[in-house]
Amino acid sequence: MSEAVLLIGTKKGLWVGRSDAARREWVLEGPSFEMQGVYSVGIDTRGERPRLFAGGTSEHWGPAVFHSDDLGQTWAEPPEGSIGFPEEADASLERVWQIQPGPPDRPEVVYAGAQPSSLWKSTDGGVTFELVRGLWDHPHRKDWGAGFGGQAVHTVLPHPTDPGKVSVAMSTGGVYRTADGGETWEPANQGIKAYFFPDPYPEFGQCVHKLAAHPDVPERMFAQNHHGVYRSDDGGTIWKSIADGLPSDFGFPIVVHPHEPDTVYVFPLIADGNRIPTDAKCRVYRSRDAGSTWEALSNGLPDVPSYAPVLRDALCTDQGDPAGVYVGTRDGCVYASADAGDHWTEVARHLPDVLTVRAAVLG
Amino acid sequence: MKVGVRLPTVLRPFAGDAERVEVEPAEATVGGVFATLEGDHPALRRRLVDEQGALRRHVNVFLGNDNVRDLNGLSTPLSDGDELLILPSVAGG
Repeated sequence: MSEAVLLIGTKKGLWVGRSDAARREWVLEGPSFEMQGVYSVGIDTRGERPRLFAGGTSEHWGPAVFHSDDLGQTWAEPPEGSIGFPEEADASLERVWQIQPGPPDRPEVVYAGAQPSSLWKSTDGGVTFELVRGLWDHPHRKDWGAGFGGQAVHTVLPHPTDPGKVSVAMSTGGVYRTADGGETWEPANQGIKAYFFPDPYPEFGQCVHKLAAHPDVPERMFAQNHHGVYRSDDGGTIWKSIADGLPSDFGFPIVVHPHEPDTVYVFPLIADGNRIPTDAKCRVYRSRDAGSTWEALSNGLPDVPSYAPVLRDALCTDQGDPAGVYVGTRDGCVYASADAGDHWTEVARHLPDVLTVRAAVLG
Repeated sequence: MKVGVRLPTVLRPFAGDAERVEVEPAEATVGGVFATLEGDHPALRRRLVDEQGALRRHVNVFLGNDNVRDLNGLSTPLSDGDELLILPSVAGG
């Protein structure tokens, strides 16, 4: 029988939710990784059995990436550690922001994005990761800046069918892409505004908060920027605003429906200088026409005033049918929809700040 | 020479649940002790120092009553029979 799993990474540990395929009722277990900020989680469903990932950072003991092959009952890391800079890189890992399974036909490939801004590739299913030197040695690196969260590659978007193509996003720095498996990288930010520079349309330096793309239409990409919501129809060469129908163009996450390439979700905040939900309402916004029009989703989300933002990885979908959508807030609530966002139910409340959520329907 | 390293509870899982480990450092310094940990207890070592070998910011190492940061840091010399005590500092929010 099918079941569903939900990973909730928070500022103080990881919670694992279990449900059946209907995804109406969730049972949470946790926390594990107590006192660690779990900034990245992943669910890899490509292998014979699902593998879970958790990237935690202890303020005392540093960062680490663990994997679990028993749905979170036990977690492991190899004796030599899973991820760390080589000595000659003259850097130390601060935080792993993203763990992203690679293309469907390359189940051994898993990517990680980290702070300081770096991309990592695993070819053993996510047990160990190696630094992608092409991006680390990029001449722009010295000019990539740190936002409030630190300077990090926080988004990795592997092309679903061309293993040589990968796009990443970093704050700050913007979007970079490779077409040769990571040897060479070019910035891909044309049209994305960086209002905090004298020249607001630089080649790079943007603060792109999140990228998303549907695997059936990989050249169409969506970006939630530090002010600005954009779509590219050519793999990131040119970006055009799709923010007109939104109450605000500020926010952190953006995700695409797993089965409808034109359906996309965001969580608008008022502005850079006022990072609370628009109208003080916890509302996910959905577009079903690739950003031309947007609707607020509210059925089952709180009607009381809400002042909690949603961070860049705290909005996700699963692969179920109908699609599940999940959102976690900085005041420790998680809401889930089992019908693509039409209706929501509360999965958790009073957790620590939710940093990331990922969900999957298994079997 | 042998040096003992006493561990806080939270770090013991990374050393086979041991409360104390004993090492024979190649170099008679605090840093030498940590380098030697790489052999038997690599998971413990990387929780104490980063990839560049620097002591993590919120890790305190005491030799007697002295924080080694107030001595010579990782270069602090050690003698046979010395005991190091690892304690997390007050941090974490």
